[in-house]
Amino acid sequence: MSVRRLAKEQPASFKFSKATMEKVNFWLKKYPEDRKRSAVIPILWLVQKQEGWVSEPAIRAIADLLGMAYIRVLEVATFYTMFQLEPVGKVLIQVCGTTPCMLRGSEDLMKVCKEKIGHKDHMSADGLFTWQEVECLGACSNAPMAQINDYYYEDLTPETMAQIIDDFRAGKKPRPGSYAAQRRTTSEPEGGPMTLLDPKLYDGSAAKPIKKLPNLPEPA
Amino acid sequence: MIGVLEDKDRIFTNLYGFHDWGLEGAKQRGCWNATRDMIRQPRTWVIDQIKNSGLRGRGGAGFGTGLKWSFMPKEVGARPHYLVVNADESEPGTCKDREIMRNDPHLLIEGCLIASYAMQAHACYIYLRGEYVLERERLEAAVKQAYEARLIGKNNVHGWDFDVYIHHGAGAYICGEETALLESLEGKKGQPRLKPPFPAGAGLYGCPTTVNNVESIAVVGTILRRGAEWFAGFGRPNNTGTKLMCVSGHVNKPCNVEEAMSIPMKQLLEEHCGGVKGGWGNLKAVIPGGSSVAMIPAEQCEDALMDFDSLRDLKSGLGTAAVIVMDKSTDLVKAIARISYFYKHESCGQCTPCREGTGWMWRVMERMAVGEADPKEIDILLDVASQVEGHTICALGDAAAWPIQGLFRHFRHEVEERISNYRSRRGNFAGATLAAE
Repeated sequence: MSVRRLAKEQPASFKFSKATMEKVNFWLKKYPEDRKRSAVIPILWLVQKQEGWVSEPAIRAIADLLGMAYIRVLEVATFYTMFQLEPVGKVLIQVCGTTPCMLRGSEDLMKVCKEKIGHKDHMSADGLFTWQEVECLGACSNAPMAQINDYYYEDLTPETMAQIIDDFRAGKKPRPGSYAAQRRTTSEPEGGPMTLLDPKLYDGSAAKPIKKLPNLPEPA
Repeated sequence: MIGVLEDKDRIFTNLYGFHDWGLEGAKQRGCWNATRDMIRQPRTWVIDQIKNSGLRGRGGAGFGTGLKWSFMPKEVGARPHYLVVNADESEPGTCKDREIMRNDPHLLIEGCLIASYAMQAHACYIYLRGEYVLERERLEAAVKQAYEARLIGKNNVHGWDFDVYIHHGAGAYICGEETALLESLEGKKGQPRLKPPFPAGAGLYGCPTTVNNVESIAVVGTILRRGAEWFAGFGRPNNTGTKLMCVSGHVNKPCNVEEAMSIPMKQLLEEHCGGVKGGWGNLKAVIPGGSSVAMIPAEQCEDALMDFDSLRDLKSGLGTAAVIVMDKSTDLVKAIARISYFYKHESCGQCTPCREGTGWMWRVMERMAVGEADPKEIDILLDVASQVEGHTICALGDAAAWPIQGLFRHFRHEVEERISNYRSRRGNFAGATLAAE
């Protein structure tokens, strides 16, 4: 378990923005009428998107909205590690440090982050960056990788990591995806796929109507 | 041709995202073909086909999917039935469901419809891990397409009213455990429930529920289209079908690939992944099924097959078929210490053996990684690991113990050597550390 507490300094109040409220309503529609609290995680996430982090007044506002006890929302906010309980930089860099990424050099990426940004879990003085070490992000074939704000930056090296940080600092928006030396779209082997090359898979022959499914029961 | 499986027999034909993920592209590749005919058959037919195909759950435990479906009540009572798809893919090494959701989402949606029909569910929740933002956007878009084409929804063309809802978590590995996932979906902390009652009796909102992995559900449509025997024709008996395998670590070309079950591990690594870095002789150990299973040393990799039974016989497991390869440059103790940290971080804190044990094991492993330990502590550590294993509500306690047990089963000498090296470098007497400072 990790110990997670609310920030010492809290804003005085919280208000859902109009755009957030629209999305909140989209989520609320997904659950049965009497099970609204199911939406607590998505709504906490929307609040974090709006404010950058999750504050105590926001937790209270969500509890009031969903008809939940405050403690229940607090419980959820502190249990799930994606909720930032303190303000973070505009660019949140989460480097995966678990074994598959470690084997392929995530420690070097974290060194770069430390040199360029500072200590982990601390916002840089200009409020632009925070970097964290997180647990497996589920892109192990593209290790090492980092999630920056919402998207994955994969197949990183210390050089590309440094370049990405520099680009963010310069106000650019580096593209997410693979940064492999050879072209790589997703998780195919570097240098091009070695399977799924048969053109017949894509010529529409699979879409021809199937007259009779195999193993159908005999008509009675 | 490389590997065992031919292109014509692959289910996930857009695994790498080179083609259109949308509805038109998916239809072109055979998705949603004859789905209506499947829904017209009796439910028992669908379940029997899946049973005959030998499909075993792809989320790690390998429980028969058809059998699991048959546990649902035969008649719908006062409580509705639910299908919940477990897309909370967080097992270190595993990155397969992500490719399905972002590149072939319609196979998943089609599978949800068929499975829901077989279990008389009118609603399905897909629980994605919170970090998969792109995958969630893609899946939401695909669901929208399916609604617009009236493939799903009320009064759809298939004649089975059916709604799909996408839900997401927020970074808790434990929510991959099915009852923790249900708790989380109900808006609570993701702490596993005591079983029984099993989800088929009382699951989501107390209603009969089946929780399946993304891959298990996404293959269903193709199995019914091509026949149970076709799927059962791959792999060894009891280990049938095709399987997405994720290879990471020290290979030249880490990748995801769909292969036949029971493919020799060596063939998988050599042919699909460009071989181990520095050649096969440079291999030290492999974790064959995601971080929760025990590692196997290089000599056992020689004839290990990628299936449930072969790896179980080696005291490891297929898990999610996430192969983590470690060459001779790897510090195995450190690698396992990092996995121990992962479990310490992800323990939900509900059961004492796991909450306290994972932290304790991690701290000892960290010391052993530098050698700062007593040789006697190895046995204490193994004793504690066996005390955590099997004494918790869910399998996270087991999963935290197995990697450590695997390390000492095969590489105990390395740890002992490290401890004695460390001791010979420093004065070996009480208060030595103090004296050095």
